[in-house]
Amino acid sequence: MELQDFIKNFAEQFDETDASEIQSDTCFQELEEWSSLVAMSVIAFVKTQYNKAVTGKEIRSCDTVEELYSLIASK
Amino acid sequence: MKAYIKGISYYLPERVVTNDDLVREFPEWSVEKVAAKVGVYSRHLAAKEETAGDMAEKAARSLFQEYNIDPKEIDFLLLCTQSPDYFLPSTSCVLQHRLGISSTSGAFDYNLGCSGCIYGLAVAKGLIMGNIAKNVLILTSETYNKYLHPTDKSNRSIFGDGAAACLVSTEGLAEIGEFVLGTDGSGAEDLIVKTGGSRHKEQTGVSEIDEEGHARYDDYLYMNGGAIFNFTLEVVPTLIQQILEKNQVRKDEIDYYVFHQANKFMLNTIRKVCAISKDKFYINMEETGNTVSSTVMIGLKDALEKELITSANQVMITGFGVGLSYGGCILRIE
Repeated sequence: MELQDFIKNFAEQFDETDASEIQSDTCFQELEEWSSLVAMSVIAFVKTQYNKAVTGKEIRSCDTVEELYSLIASK
Repeated sequence: MKAYIKGISYYLPERVVTNDDLVREFPEWSVEKVAAKVGVYSRHLAAKEETAGDMAEKAARSLFQEYNIDPKEIDFLLLCTQSPDYFLPSTSCVLQHRLGISSTSGAFDYNLGCSGCIYGLAVAKGLIMGNIAKNVLILTSETYNKYLHPTDKSNRSIFGDGAAACLVSTEGLAEIGEFVLGTDGSGAEDLIVKTGGSRHKEQTGVSEIDEEGHARYDDYLYMNGGAIFNFTLEVVPTLIQQILEKNQVRKDEIDYYVFHQANKFMLNTIRKVCAISKDKFYINMEETGNTVSSTVMIGLKDALEKELITSANQVMITGFGVGLSYGGCILRIE
């Protein structure tokens, strides 16, 4: 998996937040649209695109998008 | 010998709670966004004194009336519920008497949730093929809303109460094909009401914030949404494949899919992962919510009435959730 692809996929889970607002160093939990529902979408796309299971707890443990990418990549 | 679904009816309690009602309690909540995602706009709730047994009775009476069934013809009663009227006796025994079903009938409750319809059909088919019974009444009934904490807006937006009744017999409208079933008890705590049973009989009053930032109350229903989602995405695609193989049918021969109506987002994710076209895939929980063990029966009934399912169709049904438990089979419409 590639970081840039991941960021693009990650950004697609948001409806109102523009993709340009989501970069590798974005603290995604601080985004206004971030919610447990968006987290659920992230769980779904990680499972379907990468066939890896990430938990809500793991997502919450990450600050930036890149941190989340690294965590998933290491699985 | 073959086993068939002969009729399906359902009952939804009188009281309706709309999303507008919920938003009055949670004004900070972006209800449209949630509704668009989970696919529920209103749901029915059992009355304070109305139990799962009461609702199952109403679903059964509706079935008897609609299909002109004499309760005396029934020789086995199965009730699926996780909110029984008593610890003992089995609510099915109470219902045998209340419904006027013969005292020479067998009856028992079984405790399952979202997979309950499938397991009921599997057991009913076994009873018929084993020459143990000829007319098996399956009732599914759930009042999950009574297990929900008043501040648990996520689950209150998803779950609705309801009951379904289905007669399985030696002839009927849909032949019941081969089953695939599965269980993963390692996920037991991902969807649980912890207290009130024998393990933790007394309420604890304990609550904590879970890994997704939701409150987890020992004394109320708790669902780890992410874990359930991962479980579903793990097992359902394989389940579909196994059902096809066991029934010796190709995917393109399946005319319609009625899966447990967990929530719209989860169903759409499964649909996309499994490359099933929208027009073959039932999603309708706008006015009922997730009624747990009754969603598949309600969906089948609705799809038959709307002629989304017609004569000679092959229909795949699946259920998955609390347990964790899952299963599915194929129905061949006569």
